[in-house]
Amino acid sequence: MPLLEIKNLSVTFKTAGGEFTAVDRVSLNIAPGEIVSIVGESGSGKSVSMLALMGLLPWTATITADTLRFNGQDLKTISKKQLRQIIGSQMAMIFQEPMTSLNPCFTIGFQLTEALKIHLGMNRAERKKRAIELLDLVGIPEPQKRLAAFPHQLSGGMNQRVMIAMSISCNPLLLIADEPTTALDVTIQAQILDLLLKLQKEQNMSLVLITHDMGVVAETAERVAVQYAGQQVEKQLIKGLFSDPHHPYTQALLNSLPERSTSRILPSIAGVVPGQFDKPVGCLFSPRCQYATELCRSTPPVEASPAFGRALCHYPLAGGLPTNYPEEVSA
Amino acid sequence: MFLYFIRKLGVILPTFFGVTLVAFVFIRTLPGDPVLLMAGERGMSDERHAALMAEFGFDKPIIVQYGLYLKQLAHGDFGHSITTRKPVLEEFLTLFPATAELSLCAMIIAVFFGLPAGMIAATRRGSVFDHTVMTGALTGYSMPIFWWGLLLIIFFSGILGWTPVSGRISLLYYFEPVTGFMLIDSLLSGQEGAFSSAVSHLILPAIVLGTIPLAVIARQTRSAMLEVLSEDYVRTARAKGLGPQRVIGLHALRNAMIPVITVIGLQIGVLFAGAILTETIFSWPGIGKWMVDSIFRRDYSSVQGGLLLIAAIVMFVNLAVDLLYGLINPQIRHTD
Repeated sequence: MPLLEIKNLSVTFKTAGGEFTAVDRVSLNIAPGEIVSIVGESGSGKSVSMLALMGLLPWTATITADTLRFNGQDLKTISKKQLRQIIGSQMAMIFQEPMTSLNPCFTIGFQLTEALKIHLGMNRAERKKRAIELLDLVGIPEPQKRLAAFPHQLSGGMNQRVMIAMSISCNPLLLIADEPTTALDVTIQAQILDLLLKLQKEQNMSLVLITHDMGVVAETAERVAVQYAGQQVEKQLIKGLFSDPHHPYTQALLNSLPERSTSRILPSIAGVVPGQFDKPVGCLFSPRCQYATELCRSTPPVEASPAFGRALCHYPLAGGLPTNYPEEVSA
Repeated sequence: MFLYFIRKLGVILPTFFGVTLVAFVFIRTLPGDPVLLMAGERGMSDERHAALMAEFGFDKPIIVQYGLYLKQLAHGDFGHSITTRKPVLEEFLTLFPATAELSLCAMIIAVFFGLPAGMIAATRRGSVFDHTVMTGALTGYSMPIFWWGLLLIIFFSGILGWTPVSGRISLLYYFEPVTGFMLIDSLLSGQEGAFSSAVSHLILPAIVLGTIPLAVIARQTRSAMLEVLSEDYVRTARAKGLGPQRVIGLHALRNAMIPVITVIGLQIGVLFAGAILTETIFSWPGIGKWMVDSIFRRDYSSVQGGLLLIAAIVMFVNLAVDLLYGLINPQIRHTD
């Protein structure tokens, strides 16, 4: 039985200009101890889908799903109070900006031990002991001293370590890391990723890694879901994704990796993710797709077979070339 | 923290000096002089007038008078009231507890209702409650104090007869002041009914005086709260599984309080200004009413001394507020 089961999760926001669908029928299963990555550009609804799962979206969001199960509990039917007992303990999340994700008015120690108090009911001495243990676990030197420090006295990397310590404090079954390295220096990024992977292995927790960095995906995940404009466009094992992408968007993402570049000018995907007012009628990627045909522009594609990574494409790629394509193309 | 204090004090001293000058010049620009007003309608001869002016030292050039006044102040002497001949400081200290009690109660009302109203309005942005609070705040802020005071007197004292019209306590009760705060003294006196009499005298003026600060605090709390609620650390707090009370009442409020505290500090000055009108309307025997009377009597030394002391109190309260920031916001504490 999967630890997390999401089927057809959609999130719409009420805005002044009407309804905006940020997440469109996303499905995801995660087994215990598994690492899954969600990739896509900014605005593709990666974070929103996970925030919806955690119940952290503002009231302007409407969440619908066929299935939303975590560890045997139906998240669709449980009360807000019951959800609060799950998040922060069994299911935890870390965010992109460590410097702003910690409260400037409270000490590291206070923020670190809050979850221990409400979820595990530990007393003061136990909490302090556990806090020191956690800071040590995430590689913060002199943890005893750091407990009394305020977030602004630590660096971004250190703060992200504190965030990680905070999220794993109650030994969660699932950790969602929302672009945990994006705001950090490149040298620190690798350290934080290594730390997350080490902890994932030690605690045998499932890890969802949200990122737009294909390099990060390659180093960490076992399975990948590629998301574009709120839709999942492809789901694959990491190996297959890099060697044989089935969706043109995945291919374009991989082609824009600097290390894969063959020309002197770095390739990029022209255009931006469509927003509320410029959503295409057909395939959402069609305006930016090099293979787009009249069919793509007029009719939304259906999901391809698992052999094609469930690609949301009229002409899923195989070996780098579109299949059933009406015209001749050269790779 | 000590250096921070010293630096703030360095700002206060020049300000205090400026206030002496303003107070000194301002009262002398008013037409008439204290001697003429003391003589009343009967008037007095020019010789007698000149003699009295000389007695008070008003015949010397203004600049000399100011110099002498500063010298006096440097010795901690605020001078004597021209009309009552009592030391200004003594008069001020006798009347100040009444104003302090009124202002404190007004502020308590303002904070006690303004803070939660702003908080709830922010968490339910766009709701009926939010609109009601914001409309109410705007109305309260725009309403002239004297008119609002009279409305309340007409309704509660006149029509309903619930509260007395003026004074601090019913004439039936008498006891020696211990703290100067009528609420506390009436309790200490042990006289039956004294406390409730003091409360019924205090409640209307405190509401009138507290209305503008209440409106300002509610609006400021709402906007500060709205800003803070969209911060990442509030999301982090919720992601921990904390309940809304803890997220809003602790994580968000602590941060939202920083601008709100500033506004509360600034309202102290507003309170003293408002006390002048409120005390006059309710015949409240405090320094506001005393200042108005002193101005009418051209009691130079009382007006000067009163203005200086009020300014000093406002400045020191604001200094205390500044120090309070440091306690709430560690970032300020560590950079200064």
